[in-house]
Amino acid sequence: MIDTENVTCDTCTAPGPAVFDASDEASRAWPRVDIVANPYKADFPLLAQNPQIAFLDSAATAQRPACVLEAQKRFYETMNANPLRGLYSLSVEATEAIAGVRAQIAQLIGAERADEIVFTRNTSESLNIVAQAFAPTVLEPGDEVAITIMEHHSNLIPWQQACRAAGATLVYLYPTKTGRLTDEEIAAKIGPKTKIVAATHVSNVLGVENPVKKLAQAAHAHGAYLVVDGAQSVPHMPVNVADLGADFFAFSAHKALGPMGVGVLWGKMELLQQARPFLTGGEMIDAVTEQDATWAPVPEKFEAGTQDAAGIFATGAALDYLVNQVGYKAVAAREAALVHYAMAQMSQLPYVDIIGSIYWDCHHGVVSFNVRGIHPHDVASIMDMQGVCIRAGHHCAQPLLTWLGVENLACCRMSVAFYNDKHDIDRFLEALDTVWRTFNG
Amino acid sequence: MGNLYSSASFMEHNSHPDYKYEMDNPTHSHDGINPSCGDELTLSLRVEDGVIEEAAFTGHGCAISQASADIMADLITGETVEEARRLSALFLGMIRGEELSEDDFEDLDEAAQLKDISHMPARVKCAELAWRTLDGILSA
Repeated sequence: MIDTENVTCDTCTAPGPAVFDASDEASRAWPRVDIVANPYKADFPLLAQNPQIAFLDSAATAQRPACVLEAQKRFYETMNANPLRGLYSLSVEATEAIAGVRAQIAQLIGAERADEIVFTRNTSESLNIVAQAFAPTVLEPGDEVAITIMEHHSNLIPWQQACRAAGATLVYLYPTKTGRLTDEEIAAKIGPKTKIVAATHVSNVLGVENPVKKLAQAAHAHGAYLVVDGAQSVPHMPVNVADLGADFFAFSAHKALGPMGVGVLWGKMELLQQARPFLTGGEMIDAVTEQDATWAPVPEKFEAGTQDAAGIFATGAALDYLVNQVGYKAVAAREAALVHYAMAQMSQLPYVDIIGSIYWDCHHGVVSFNVRGIHPHDVASIMDMQGVCIRAGHHCAQPLLTWLGVENLACCRMSVAFYNDKHDIDRFLEALDTVWRTFNG
Repeated sequence: MGNLYSSASFMEHNSHPDYKYEMDNPTHSHDGINPSCGDELTLSLRVEDGVIEEAAFTGHGCAISQASADIMADLITGETVEEARRLSALFLGMIRGEELSEDDFEDLDEAAQLKDISHMPARVKCAELAWRTLDGILSA
């Protein structure tokens, strides 16, 4: 287990006392947001209709606002036709709806061109395209792929497979025990043999934001490419792929208020052109003969078969709600305040071990922890009996939990979104107390 | 839904298991794992003349897997292999939500309180671990 007593971090703020103290510098840095009021909950039917639920598992999947559900329905009610192929106006309308969301996402993440946005099913599929369709065009035997130990399995196993296929070596960057990737570690692991660097923007276990710009500089200095897993960042913070220096960037709609089954891959146009097709079949071709085929241009080259057009349309509504109605500024401030409140209380409990940094501003919506002597699955089951939804398990990050030395290779994780409020956190804290008393009554 | 965690006897099996120890000379030993939870268990039996004279387990895991193992060891000690097989089938049936008679519940004794697990699908594998490991020995 991590030593939470004696850690220092030069880039972040101490949590300070649990009770606000105007004379304390750390206290004055606390987020000052009203988390008692909740102007958002009414927008989310599942939350509004189920007040018995305290949903603290948004890092696994977000709840969806009514406007997203309505958009999905509106697509089928007013513009349903197979996009791309039809020559009648209904199909043209469906095609335009998808094109509109493509342009919207390109603008959102700072992509130069809308046709650099590839629609997939999820982040995993996006990353698999890079690992299976792009990586073989650059990896030679003896080359290295560098990833961090905190990768989700979806940004880890594709690289194991790609390295095995190419005879390349998979190299890991290890952070400090508080989750910080140091300049020394970056310099030590990214070098002349490195061809691809793949890293998560925000860790789904530690909640820490990785220094993606530094990874990009190191990768590019050696002619390598940077692949960023943005599944946990797009829901919480503005992303600009050019500013980050990424060559590929992947995320899922469902963690960002959109429907399940829609993912996004952005890549630089020349790299997407260089990549081989991924899935083959309908809608990804230009011309087909008995023995051969030519590929459609990017992005259709990677979009074989009929896409989830309604889901893509609803994704547009989700991102519009997130960015234009709520706004990243409000999202970040509110989530920081919720995390701060939760961590300040949790750090007062002698039986709770927080995993990763003890500093609240290093946790982007995610706080992983263990309750001493109690298996995480028991913690989650007892919380569930009180309507508190948290995640427990290995969080698809077994190598990270192994490296951290977490008992049972499992931990609990509570994660917040802007639609949570102080009441949710209070119920979580009450449930924590119940868990402890159940085993130590 | 009943709350297993509020049962004092169930929690006692987790915190103070009578049958969690390394057996000296087992005639049978078998490992069971539950990859989704990270539960690991080694079950050891000393079987003489078709009777389970001694049952013990080691390993680690959640309260449900640990208490279930302790309750099982208690139940099968002194039983014939045939009877242990029958009890195991009853238990696994109960966990999967099958209807059991009053007599069946009586035969399962303390293990009958794990019936609630049939309403907690995420925890079925935890409750079953020791019993499946027992099956692995008895059906070998």
